[in-house]
Amino acid sequence: MEDNIDQLYADIQRGNENTIAKAISMVEDGTKDAVKLMKKVYRNIEPAYLVGISGPPGSGKSTITQSIVQLWRKENIKVAIIAIDPTSHFSGGALLGDRIRMDKISTDRGVFIRSMATRGSLGGLNSSIYDTVLIFSLAGYEYIIIETVGVGQNEIDIVKLADTTIFVTVPEAGDEIQAYKAGLMEAGDIFVVNKADRPKSEQMVLTIEQLVSFRGDKEIWKPPVLATNALQDEGITDIKKSINDHHIYLEEKDLLQKNRREVIRAQMINLMEKKLNEKFISPILKDQKFFKHIELICKKKEDPYSVVNELLSL
Amino acid sequence: MDNFIKVLIAKPGLDGHDRGAKVIARGLKEAGMEVVYTGLRQTPEQIVRSAIQEDVDVIGLSILSGAHSYLFPEIMNRLKKADHSDVAVIAGGIIPEDDHKKLKELGIKAIFQPGTPISKIVDFIENEVQK
Ligand code: B12
Ligand SMILES: Nc1nc2c(ncn2[C@@H]2O[C@H](COP(=O)(O)OP(=O)(O)O)[C@@H](O)[C@H]2O)c(=O)[nH]1
Ligand SMILES: [Mg+2]
Repeated sequence: MEDNIDQLYADIQRGNENTIAKAISMVEDGTKDAVKLMKKVYRNIEPAYLVGISGPPGSGKSTITQSIVQLWRKENIKVAIIAIDPTSHFSGGALLGDRIRMDKISTDRGVFIRSMATRGSLGGLNSSIYDTVLIFSLAGYEYIIIETVGVGQNEIDIVKLADTTIFVTVPEAGDEIQAYKAGLMEAGDIFVVNKADRPKSEQMVLTIEQLVSFRGDKEIWKPPVLATNALQDEGITDIKKSINDHHIYLEEKDLLQKNRREVIRAQMINLMEKKLNEKFISPILKDQKFFKHIELICKKKEDPYSVVNELLSL
Repeated sequence: MDNFIKVLIAKPGLDGHDRGAKVIARGLKEAGMEVVYTGLRQTPEQIVRSAIQEDVDVIGLSILSGAHSYLFPEIMNRLKKADHSDVAVIAGGIIPEDDHKKLKELGIKAIFQPGTPISKIVDFIENEVQK
């Protein structure tokens, strides 16, 4: 058994695509072998530089990702992309369509694209995302991009994994942008107003610059606000340069390690929640008694506070 | 533990008819599957590489252009060469009955004609993946 894991580890390290892909599926499905593999990976591997790209659907995240990757590829840098789309709460299925805009890099041997659904329906971060980052790191990818649709808390949690977070919006976003202020706006290290070929993009750049300036003055990194036209590859070199600048900034201020400790902390909480859920909550939910309690609470014979204490033997 | 079925829906060649592929992609999603849709005009090389990287259980090829007899063998050969023949390949679109036997000999598991209800396709995939 251990030999199998060592073999798997070595094949990933050698960059075998079939094996990398299978290992990610194992992690997603939470198999026993995946746990064995990840134990070894965590003890040996430093994560590659992680870039998060987030923003509303259709803002151009996949198109921009492709353009940045093309620039890195000119320097022969290997890149992996994790393209995440939401799982439907109704069916549990997902439509993963980011590859449509990554056509130009899909046969490049130095690029690995993996689409993933959020899955984690109970809230909280899907821990397989960071495990996938580590698998790609083991395989020798130097940059890893995670694309997520910027809407909910789930996505903000994903974005927090990244060393550099890019937030993409479009000129028409208008007042919507105010709504993002609370969450993603605060997590952003680089802001991009894409589709600058359309009217009002300068106005949007100004609006965001203003919003960003409200951040506490302790903030030393001044997030750049960049206008791009991803269809024409305009402004993409600016994004690449800003990623580089932010990387240097993190290194100089010793913030890279700090961010990574935060990530491990989140990953730990996540794992604990998962275990508690598996061990204590799931069995209760499956027990007929649970439904009887619900009935009794509705009939005013019991109350949720007492029942929860009783069920969890607190 | 969790067992999600992952499917790649691909449109090989220069065929621009994408309604059917989109209908199938959405239908399979609504049936609880994770569906990777790669868009129009995929080369056999792109399709096989996507299938490997995404580690899908099923590849669904949609073709209405009539070029299946040229494109499908190419795809099946590349899958074999990449040591990835364990993935189930199915197809749909405008594919004349006369060609079905040959395509099935290549290893294509099933071919669905226009008008096939999505439930039939879902059942087939679920059965195939359980094997
Ligand atoms: C709509 C249509 C168009 C639209 C396409 C719009 C679009 N974005 O899709 C437009 C007007 C653009 C068009 C253009 C052309 N078309 Co046209 N078009 C049709 C038409 C009338 C309907 C196709 C359709 O959308 N059906 C509805 C969908 C839902 O059905 P479906 O795709 O068949 O999918 C079902 C099944 O096949 C199956 N399925 C399909 N894919 C998959 C995949 C998997 C994995 C599975 C499991 C199942 C499955 O499940 C689906 C649901 O039941 C057909 C005729 C017909 N009756 O099929 C001709 C037809 C396909 N077109 C044809 C032709 C020739 C053309 C043109 C070349 C015409 C021309 N000379 O310019 C161009 C080529 C365009 C291009 N770039 O490829 C011919 C093809 C002939 C052939 N194969 O030998 C057809 C058959 C008409 C004919 N009888 O001549 N077309
Ligand atoms: N006009 C214009 N369209 C763009 C630009 N960037 C992307 N698009 C288009 O916007 C649509 C959505 O792009 P996509 O990258 O898939 O967005 P995502 O959902 O954020 O990943 C596609 O049709 C792109 O071709 C741009 O700079 N200008
Ligand atoms: Mg996208």
